[in-house]
Amino acid sequence: MIDFTFAQMLEALLLAARWTVLLSLISFFAGGAVGLVLLVMRVSRSRVLRALVRIYIEVFQGTPLLLQLFIVFFGLPLLGIDVSPWVAATLGLTFFTSAYLAEIWRGCVEAIPKGQWEASSSLAMNYFEQLRHVILPQAARIAIAPTVGFGVQAIKDTALVSIIGFSELAKAGTEISNATFKPFLVYGLVALIYFALCYPLTHYARTLQRTLYGSR
Amino acid sequence: MALVETVGVEKQFGATPVLKGVDFSIERGQVVSIIGRSGSGKSTFLRTLNGLESIDAGSIQIDGARIDARHGDLRALRLKVGMVFQQYNLFPHLTAGENVALAQIVVKKTPRHEAHAVAAQMLERVGLGDKFGAYPDQLSGGQQQRVAIARALAMKPSVLLCDEITSALDPELVGEVLSVVESLAREHMTLVMVTHEMRFARAVSDKVVFMHQGRVWESGPPDEIFDRPSTVELRRFVQ
Repeated sequence: MIDFTFAQMLEALLLAARWTVLLSLISFFAGGAVGLVLLVMRVSRSRVLRALVRIYIEVFQGTPLLLQLFIVFFGLPLLGIDVSPWVAATLGLTFFTSAYLAEIWRGCVEAIPKGQWEASSSLAMNYFEQLRHVILPQAARIAIAPTVGFGVQAIKDTALVSIIGFSELAKAGTEISNATFKPFLVYGLVALIYFALCYPLTHYARTLQRTLYGSR
Repeated sequence: MALVETVGVEKQFGATPVLKGVDFSIERGQVVSIIGRSGSGKSTFLRTLNGLESIDAGSIQIDGARIDARHGDLRALRLKVGMVFQQYNLFPHLTAGENVALAQIVVKKTPRHEAHAVAAQMLERVGLGDKFGAYPDQLSGGQQQRVAIARALAMKPSVLLCDEITSALDPELVGEVLSVVESLAREHMTLVMVTHEMRFARAVSDKVVFMHQGRVWESGPPDEIFDRPSTVELRRFVQ
């Protein structure tokens, strides 16, 4: 047993929390970018593209994130590609997030009335012009609240990457708890830090919901 | 040569034939009303004219743009054809002026200030010169429909299609939309309208087309169609 002061524990956890924040941001933005590409393919007129994306989404939504991380981290080296925990974590989270965001956003695009497609078609706009100027601006409005809501989920999901040895908040909690034999205190602090990260977002999502749907 | 000409246009929804060979033509500057019972194929036919519905056989030629069952440049066709819908279908995230300006900017690459000037002019033409900055949900149904007409006109189409454009309106708002259509007719805009407003169709049309069971059943000048129908189906319909 090693003696840590409370301040030392908190400091170590907060330092580790930086990685959680960074990982969340990367997975959210990279996942968002990939998700946007998937979305455009998912609502396109090409049957092949739609089918490909559907398979992608079903695979990543239908299997546990934990297994996806295992497959990237332990599976790729078997193919001769060595991945660091950092790369594996980023890749795994990006796949997972992109699949979910694409599916959330598809729902938002499909909520836009068919008349909007018809009106923009009859004005001679092509598919990308319709998406860019007519459909996505309206879909984005509906998408903001569920997207921020999913962001909260994405922060909590980063805890899973501790299992492949990536030292973020959850992993640091385990290490400190093992060293100090004070699991209740340490994990309590870990939970509080997660809460402090997530609560503002939850709150923000709720505000957005109100302001976006309350008025126009 | 006719401005709009269709030859043997056929269309099926699944196994159900909706259009069974529609031959139709109109000259530049004509106003044509298509009447008929619901299910007669009149709206579907109108929608084939700008490619919103594909066709299974036949061909459509509008002011030099041509499509048939297999191919056709939809963009070229749609640049010739404007369309106004029953449900207005304005873009709710844009103001009235931006609604009218958007396609000019995006499709025709008109500079923004020019497009906005045209938009202001078109809104003026439909009597909404003061509504440039209003969002669709701040406008009445009649006003929204007039913005929709302005939006279609701004693309300078050769022909304007109107698909039951007063059917979704409260009765007291129908007049303002019809009077805009009437003014377009007076200015010799080529118009094809599907309508239930028989009195209006009779007053403004050069030609009335009665569709029945996916075919042009009877067509001719309004007086002939409404006063001297030659088929029993039309006689029943106009009574």
